[in-house]
Amino acid sequence: MTAVLEAPTNQRVTQVRVFRSEWTKLRSLRSTVWSLLAALVLVIGLSILVPAVRVAHWPPPDPNDARNFDPVATSLGGTFLAQMAIGVLGVLLMTGEYATGMIRATFAAVPRRLPVLWGKLGVFGATALVLITPAVLVAFFIGQSILASKHLDTSFGKPDVARAVFGSALYVVAVGLLGLGLGALLRNTAAAISTLFGALFVLPLIVRLLPSDWQSHVSRYLPLNAGSAVTNLHNDAGSMAPWSGFALFCAYVAVVIGFAAWRLLRQDT
Amino acid sequence: MIEARGLTKKYGDKVAVDDLSFTVQPGIVTGFLGPNGAGKSTTMRMILGLDAPTSGTVTVNGKPYRDHVAPLHEVGALLEARSIHSGRSAFNHLLSLAQTSGIPRSRVEEVIDAVGLREVAKRRAGGFSLGMGQRLGIATALLGDPRTVILDEPVNGLDPEGIRWIRSMLKGLAAEGRTVFVSSHLMSEMALTAEHLIVVGKGKLIADTGMDEFIAGASRNVVRVRSLDNLALAALLVAPDVTVKPADDDALEVSGLTTDQIGLTAGGAQITLLELAAQQASLEEAFMDMTHDAVEYRPTTTTGAER
Repeated sequence: MTAVLEAPTNQRVTQVRVFRSEWTKLRSLRSTVWSLLAALVLVIGLSILVPAVRVAHWPPPDPNDARNFDPVATSLGGTFLAQMAIGVLGVLLMTGEYATGMIRATFAAVPRRLPVLWGKLGVFGATALVLITPAVLVAFFIGQSILASKHLDTSFGKPDVARAVFGSALYVVAVGLLGLGLGALLRNTAAAISTLFGALFVLPLIVRLLPSDWQSHVSRYLPLNAGSAVTNLHNDAGSMAPWSGFALFCAYVAVVIGFAAWRLLRQDT
Repeated sequence: MIEARGLTKKYGDKVAVDDLSFTVQPGIVTGFLGPNGAGKSTTMRMILGLDAPTSGTVTVNGKPYRDHVAPLHEVGALLEARSIHSGRSAFNHLLSLAQTSGIPRSRVEEVIDAVGLREVAKRRAGGFSLGMGQRLGIATALLGDPRTVILDEPVNGLDPEGIRWIRSMLKGLAAEGRTVFVSSHLMSEMALTAEHLIVVGKGKLIADTGMDEFIAGASRNVVRVRSLDNLALAALLVAPDVTVKPADDDALEVSGLTTDQIGLTAGGAQITLLELAAQQASLEEAFMDMTHDAVEYRPTTTTGAER
C-alpha cells in the first residue's frame, strides 16, 4: 500500500464541533423555534391572566383558599404548559432524526454516536435555560405587580421565593431533557411523548387508586411530585424537600439518558 | 480501500448478508451489483458502522469506520433512502454535518455549486424532487473531500443529464485516486461506469471480477457462423467442451471457440464462410445468468395475476 495519508487534524470530530453542529440543527428548524416561542408566550401570558383573575375575585369565598395562596405559583402558572411544549420539543429533537432518516447522516458524520447525544442535551438544555429563566423572572415580576393591587404580592428577597422562581425554570428545562432522553431511548415520537406524559401526569392518578397509607409513601417520589417540589413556595409535610426532590427528578432523567446512551451504542440505526 | 472479511448480517434467522469477503481498490470505480434485496444496502450500512455485523469485519482504509478520527474525510456516503430532515434547508443540512468535522462554510458553498443546487439551497429539503434529493445526498458525500466514496443507487430519480453528470463525476473521483464504490440494480448503468464488479445475490458473493472478464465469462458468449456446408463444419468443430447448436435462420451458434479458431478450421476444410461473428453477451445477460438462482423475490404467475 502507498504511504497512508493521515487525516489532517483539521477534520477531526470533537465534542465542541458537535455542539456547534447541534446548534445549527436546533435553530434551523421552524418547529423548534415556534415551540420555544410558544413556551415563552405561555409563561408570560399566564402571568398576566391568572393573577388578574385572582385579584378580581379576591377575597375567595373559601378561607382555606386564601390561607394556602401561593403568590409565586400564581404568577408562574404558564410553566405547567411550558413544560409540555419543552418536553415535546425535547422528544422531537431526537425522534425527528429517526423519522426522517437524518440519523444515518448524523451517525455517518459522528460514528462514535455519543457526542451527538451529549451535543443535543447540552445545546437544548442551555438554550431552554437561557430562554426560560428570563421568561420566568419577567412572569414573576408582572404577576407580583398585578397581585400588589390587593397586597397579595411577595418580593424576591423573601425566604424561598428566589428558589421557587429559579426552581421553576430548572424544572421545565429538566422536563425537556427527560423528553430528549426518552426520544433517544424509544426512537419513536408517539411512544416517547406518551411515555413522558404518562410518567409525569398519569402515574399520580394511578397512585391515587392505591390504599391511602401506601400513597403517602409512594406519592412524593413520583417524577412530577419530586420535580415540582422545588417550584412550590410552601411544601406540605408529605412532599420531599425542594432540592432533594429536584435531585431525585434529575436522577430519573439521568437513568433514562443512561439507557438511551447504552441503546445508542448497542443497536443498529 | 474497503476490505470485507466474512461479513455476515442476520435479522433473526433471516440472513441478509452471508459471509461476504471482498476488497474495493482505490483508483477505479467498483460497481456493487445485485437484484433488489440482495443485501447491498445492508453491506453499505455495515461499512459505515450504522449496522453492526453479526460476524465478520469490514474496514475502510485499514480501520473500522468508527475508529477514524476524521470520518468525513475518510468516507463520503450517499445512503439509500433520503437521510435528510425534511424541515431543514439544504444549506443548513450540509452546514450542520460539515460543522461536526470543522469543515468551513466555504466548502459547503462549494459542494452546493458542484451539484447544482445553488437556486434551492435555502429551501426546505422536504419539498425537493427525488432528483434534487439525490443531488443533496451527493453533496453530503463530497463535503469532507473523502478518500473513499460510497454511493447507494446514485442514479435513482436523476434525469438523463443528471445521470451523465454522475458518471463523469464518479470517473473523475476514481481518476484522482479515490476509492469509489457504487451500488446499483441497473446493469446497464454499471456497464458504463464501473471497471470492476462485485456481484451479490441473496447476500452471497457471486462474482468479484473485472467488468470485461465478467462479460466474457458469461455463458452466453457464442459465435454465430453461417457457411455453405453447416453440417460438415459442425462435425469438424464439435469437441468435449464445444457446443454447436443450429440457430433459427440457417446459421450455427458455437460456444467454446473463438472466431479465429472457427475461421481457421473452416479454411482448412475449404468450407466457405458467409458469416462469422462473436455475439458478446451484454452485461445484463451476463448478470441474469449469474444471479438466476439468487433472486430472492421472483414474481410468479400466480401472484402476478392478483393485480
